[in-house]
Amino acid sequence: MLTLQCPYCGVQCDETELTAGGEAHLTRHGPGSDADTFEQYLFLRENPRGVHFERWRHSHGCGKWFHAARSTTTLRVFGTYKAQTTEPPQQIRDAISAVHPGWSWRNFGETA
Amino acid sequence: MTRYSAFAIAREAFRQHKGWDRAWESPEPRKSYDVIIVGGGGHGLATAYHLGKNHGITNVAVLEKGWLGGGNTGRNTTIIRSNYLQDPSAALYEKSRSLYETMSQDLNYNVMFSPRGVMMLAQTEHEVRGYKRTAHANALQGVTTEWIDAKRVKELCPIMNIDGPRYPVLGALWQARAGTARHDAVAWGYARACSAMGMHIIQKCEVTGITSQDGRVTGVTTNRGDIGCKKMGIVVAGHSGALAEMAGFRLPIESVALQALVSEPIKPCMDVVVMANTVHGYMSQSDKGEMVIGGGTDGYNNYTQRGSFHHIEETVRALVETFPMISRLKMLRQWGGVVDVTGDRSPILSKTPLDGCFINCGWGTGGFKATPGSGWAMAELMAKGHSPLTDAFGLERFREGRFIDESVAAGVAH
Amino acid sequence: MSLRLSTGGRLIDRATPVSFRFNGRHLKGVKGDTLASALLANDQMLMGRSFKYHRPRGVMAAGPEEPNALMGVGRGERFEPNQRATQQPLTGGLTAQSQNHWPSLEFDVGAINARLSRFLPAGFYYKTFLFPRPAWKHVFEPVIRQSAGLGRPPEGPDPDRYEHFNVNVDIAIVGGGIAGLQAALIAGRAGKTVLLMEQTAQWGGRAPVDGDLIDGGPAQAWIDAAVADLAAMENVQMRRETMGAGVYDHGYLLAHETLSHGVPEGPRQRLWRIRAGHIVTATGAIERPIPFAGNDVPGVMLASALRDFVVNYGVAPGKRTVIATNNDDAYRTALAVLDAGLSVPLIVDARPEVTGALPEQVRARGVRVDAGTAIAKVKGGKRVEGVAICAQDGEGAVTEEVACDAVAMSGGWSPVPHLWSHCGGKNTWDAAQAHFAPDPDRAPTGADGTAFVTAVGAAAGTLQGDVALGSATARLAALLDVSADAPAVEVAAEAPLAACWMMPARASYELRSKMFLDFQNDVKVSDVQLAAQEGFVSVEHTKRYTTLGMATDQGKLSNINGLAILAQELGEEIPNVGTTTFRPPYAPISMASIAGEARGEIFQPLRRTPMHDWHEAHGATWEPVGHWRRPYAFPRSGESVHDAVQREVTNTRQNVGLLDASTLGKIIVKGPDAARFVDMLYTNLMSTLKPGKCRYGLMCNENGFLVDDGVVARLDEDTFLCHTTTGGADRIHAHMEEWLQTEWWDWKVFTLNATEQFAQIAVVGPKARDLLHSLGGMDLSKDALPFMGWADGTIAGIPARVFRISFSGELSFEVAVPANRGRALWDKLVEAGEALGVMPYGTEALHIMRAEKGFIMIGDETDGTVIPQDLGLDWAISKKKDDFIGKRGQQRSFLAADDRWRLVGLETLDGSVLPDGAYAVAEGTNANGQRNMQGRVTSSYHSPTLGRGIAMALVERGPDRIGEVVNFAMTDGSEVPARICSPVFFDPNGEKQDV
Repeated sequence: MLTLQCPYCGVQCDETELTAGGEAHLTRHGPGSDADTFEQYLFLRENPRGVHFERWRHSHGCGKWFHAARSTTTLRVFGTYKAQTTEPPQQIRDAISAVHPGWSWRNFGETA
Repeated sequence: MTRYSAFAIAREAFRQHKGWDRAWESPEPRKSYDVIIVGGGGHGLATAYHLGKNHGITNVAVLEKGWLGGGNTGRNTTIIRSNYLQDPSAALYEKSRSLYETMSQDLNYNVMFSPRGVMMLAQTEHEVRGYKRTAHANALQGVTTEWIDAKRVKELCPIMNIDGPRYPVLGALWQARAGTARHDAVAWGYARACSAMGMHIIQKCEVTGITSQDGRVTGVTTNRGDIGCKKMGIVVAGHSGALAEMAGFRLPIESVALQALVSEPIKPCMDVVVMANTVHGYMSQSDKGEMVIGGGTDGYNNYTQRGSFHHIEETVRALVETFPMISRLKMLRQWGGVVDVTGDRSPILSKTPLDGCFINCGWGTGGFKATPGSGWAMAELMAKGHSPLTDAFGLERFREGRFIDESVAAGVAH
Repeated sequence: MSLRLSTGGRLIDRATPVSFRFNGRHLKGVKGDTLASALLANDQMLMGRSFKYHRPRGVMAAGPEEPNALMGVGRGERFEPNQRATQQPLTGGLTAQSQNHWPSLEFDVGAINARLSRFLPAGFYYKTFLFPRPAWKHVFEPVIRQSAGLGRPPEGPDPDRYEHFNVNVDIAIVGGGIAGLQAALIAGRAGKTVLLMEQTAQWGGRAPVDGDLIDGGPAQAWIDAAVADLAAMENVQMRRETMGAGVYDHGYLLAHETLSHGVPEGPRQRLWRIRAGHIVTATGAIERPIPFAGNDVPGVMLASALRDFVVNYGVAPGKRTVIATNNDDAYRTALAVLDAGLSVPLIVDARPEVTGALPEQVRARGVRVDAGTAIAKVKGGKRVEGVAICAQDGEGAVTEEVACDAVAMSGGWSPVPHLWSHCGGKNTWDAAQAHFAPDPDRAPTGADGTAFVTAVGAAAGTLQGDVALGSATARLAALLDVSADAPAVEVAAEAPLAACWMMPARASYELRSKMFLDFQNDVKVSDVQLAAQEGFVSVEHTKRYTTLGMATDQGKLSNINGLAILAQELGEEIPNVGTTTFRPPYAPISMASIAGEARGEIFQPLRRTPMHDWHEAHGATWEPVGHWRRPYAFPRSGESVHDAVQREVTNTRQNVGLLDASTLGKIIVKGPDAARFVDMLYTNLMSTLKPGKCRYGLMCNENGFLVDDGVVARLDEDTFLCHTTTGGADRIHAHMEEWLQTEWWDWKVFTLNATEQFAQIAVVGPKARDLLHSLGGMDLSKDALPFMGWADGTIAGIPARVFRISFSGELSFEVAVPANRGRALWDKLVEAGEALGVMPYGTEALHIMRAEKGFIMIGDETDGTVIPQDLGLDWAISKKKDDFIGKRGQQRSFLAADDRWRLVGLETLDGSVLPDGAYAVAEGTNANGQRNMQGRVTSSYHSPTLGRGIAMALVERGPDRIGEVVNFAMTDGSEVPARICSPVFFDPNGEKQDV
């Protein structure tokens, strides 16, 4: 039973207020993209054991989409942030680094 | 190996059961094998078994990082059915169901396959249409199912309330030769049979890397040393992504928690398996008398084998509504498993970009019922490079848009 | 015999008798009794039969760990199986039945299994019942099922009420013993919001029974003072009969409160969903039985349970009690028994030397204490008659027999680690106390990565009162960063125990096959040893192979002993063997409490349109669509639903019909970038739509599959009103928001789901215009409002927006009015329409009329795998746009293939109605032996308009095969031929709708 803080309304949300939306920071590829790229975008997922960047919607609340950095093995939450960004904010990365030095996730990571 | 029978039990009874051998041997790993199966769950063991039984390949090792059957094999609600809509699914699951019919005798191990019948309730017009369509498809697929009306549902399952105020039962898709089996016994029976063929069942052996040369798999590194192989099958539900990464490719999979629960045991009161997809719950009664209950999955990636309690509430609420008598029954135990869900919610049985390396994953919530069929098909794929049962389940189908989508028949749960 | 003592019983009120029935007999207990203590008072030691061997069993424990004394309690619809007699308070008129026996508790045919037990070792069923094959299903399995299963099923439906509480607290404390009370005092004084819960009806736990002195006085005095202090704190809530059931991630605690044990006035039980900043587990410890032969004979019980029965309820299981122990604590039982005036002929202590203070006290009272001895065997069948004694360090050669009628056993104490462990808390092996205890360094961690559970008291492995309170105080003070003093506790010092996993240490097979580990499931020492011999060496394998710990007590008494035996057999240390996983709930909780109040009519929210009551009053049959219910048809009295549908269609086509279309989704998309946005959402080019006009649009998902359709009206340059399907409104609104917020967040667009703000009525049929004009208001003539246009105005004085769109092929107006005016408009239409023959129609008539026109229905023609191109809707897919959601997906090879199944109409050669979902067969079979197929029926109806069956279907290359006859397979194996035709059966040129 997760709790996540909605970065818009500030509410510490119970999971029952939220809808999970899968992996975050996907880049959309439309017509003109090659088969590999399109497959990657639509299907291939990180699915890590450990730190994961993912999307949530505060669906029974303010209705806003936000992102969370969360461990899939300990369920620790390193922070939430607004969805209108293409990469995680530095403070979230720092919070992860403090616990998982040398972490990486897709093209993000401590050294990235 | 001691053959199991009532006679053997009687013989052992008079010598303090001292004569029973180990069900499977626990050897040290050899330097290399013809085939390594990574994952000692039901599917991995069944694959090994059929490699030996159907294709004469017995120089096989099954590597399990924990204990045999310790993943979803031992955590599911044991439902076996094959009333799937799409041709490739119906073929695979029906193959599996038919293998369950004779599994106890084939393995000389009583897996307690109980073809008591499975009904999938239709509680909306949409479901009525979906299940009638499935019944039509099944008739052409060689799967024996029928559409039954609400009255017949009540006859088959008298404890059900078919006149609920919100979702009255309109009928059901009924498969009489579907049912349940004892999940642990399936893993143990296969392990014993594999061991008897000379295969190596190696527990507490964790694969930490996959080695290859010129694009072809050559072996694995493990906590018990390097082991070579000519071919490898990855059959590790819940860990497929990690193994795929070692082999150098990614999967269209996300791992989420699925929960189940059992009640305290009561005397027999329900002789069929009931699945109610509109209200998200399914229930059967085990031979011990426990009501075995399953529900839906969490929506977020999770490897903890724990889920969120509100899903349990939702499932129980639905079942109290459908079976009012369970209201005063008590929940004894709830647990979770990690299931791999693919882009179309159907499994992957496929070659991979790494030659000689095959993968079997993505069974979502429905893997147990497929255990023998999956093993049969995977063994054929690995031995021959192709199997009519696996052709449609390749990795390339996502790129082609060739989904095997079972949710279209109104059903969401497996 | 078991009996009520003349003195003692701190929890009972001897002056108030309570009558009850047990197995049909009328018996009497007293107020404060549990069912178990009342039965003991009536010399009813035999309380149940075990699961596998049907062995006679008596009560073993005094709390939730009881494995044997399970009863069916209550009658009729209030009957509840498997209730622990040790936790069931005796209420007036209580009816209880013992379980799992036939024909009676005293004489049980199933007990033959016990005689045959040598043929029924662990896992015997895996090795037998193999032949003949059908015999498992038809003979063996029914017999096994009937003999298993414990209690009889409840009868239901349940007449009682259950409710949920949601609370947020800083500190939730589970367990109201002295450690829990002390934790609550510290947290309460620190100003934290505290919820303190205790599973029994009394505060204080074991301390009052065990006779500890706290702050110089009896424990009870300190407990009373603590409870009074806590009750005075506004920030502290206290609940008794409330059990901590489960700990879940991020500080979620589930608790179960029992409010009534009889016929409740309010709710019967309550489920607490607690979000706690921190959880303190003060859940105590449970005593371990000792495996010796016959340790399950009625009259053998835990030493602490015997003490509880004597001290709390003034009952004793016998007059002569032999005590078997490996520790000093059991001597407290001897003292309690002696104090009650009963005799202790012998204490069998496995330790080679017994020198502690408590044993000395007992010796001083003339009791014989034999060190280094063991019970070789308990004599008696349905009742203890005596014990045979042997050396502990031996094979069981009997040295002496001692007559007795009760045996108290104590193998030491194990902390209750369940709640600590549910969410990942780890335990470490404490060799000195021979138990697993929570490791504070490996606590469960929460959202912030820090520990969110703290174990205190006996639950933390600090078993003695002084240490327990001291360490509880220190832990809470550290947690809350306050200073606090522990009260002074005087307890008798205890000498170390000696781990004793079997009596005697080298017992023969004969004895080992009578030593029970799991009492309810009849798992014996020999079973665990057999499992190890057969290679089931993982603790999970042993558990599953033998069923150890899988009974209703979930191993509370058996797990450690079983583990120890397994470790011994494998030559491993106990911690290397490990424990099985602890799963919620701590003790079973009712399904009803989990379900809560959402039952029957309020099982799920019901969405009602403004006209819902009218429909109900006019005999609508309902179809659930999402949380809505839509009228399926309006049958008149004596009319079948089918006939009603046919009438509704015919009347609408000939006169005028009314459809409540309020459930259709209405989403407003507004902003400078609205046109750009709807162009991405729809396959059509929506940006060219002129204000005042409507256009039918299709929405796909990124995979390219058609997910929704509906009419889009452009309200002004910046505003679109998007209609969706009934089921699609929330989903499509969420879909829009997802794209807007996560992909095109810089686009200036707002969306609003206004579905419930409007009532919408479709007025359909040749007389529709006449009807609307008769109400006065807007000019709805063809010129004023042409087909596919919309206009604002008033109708019958009600502000209205009218869309001239048609889903039936008839002249049709969809009138949207503010939701609170919907019923008024509907009533006026019904009244004014009487002369024109107006009738309401339901969803089925709607479906037939749209099928006659060849209009697709989402969910019928589509199933999530169909693309617009399959449905001949290429005209609605813009070629001019570079991109829309789904465009790239549709370019993939399988979706772009030319042999896809495509939409056509079908006419059976004999005019019959094809079954919905039937498949068209092709020649031959595929590689898996399945019959080849070439299409399927997506919709099929009897058309009242055409007087014959019509169907829509997806057929391979269908549109190229008009006129061809294909065969559809029936489920009985027969085939029905049908001719492929255009899917538009009625008014193909659309003349009727454009008048």
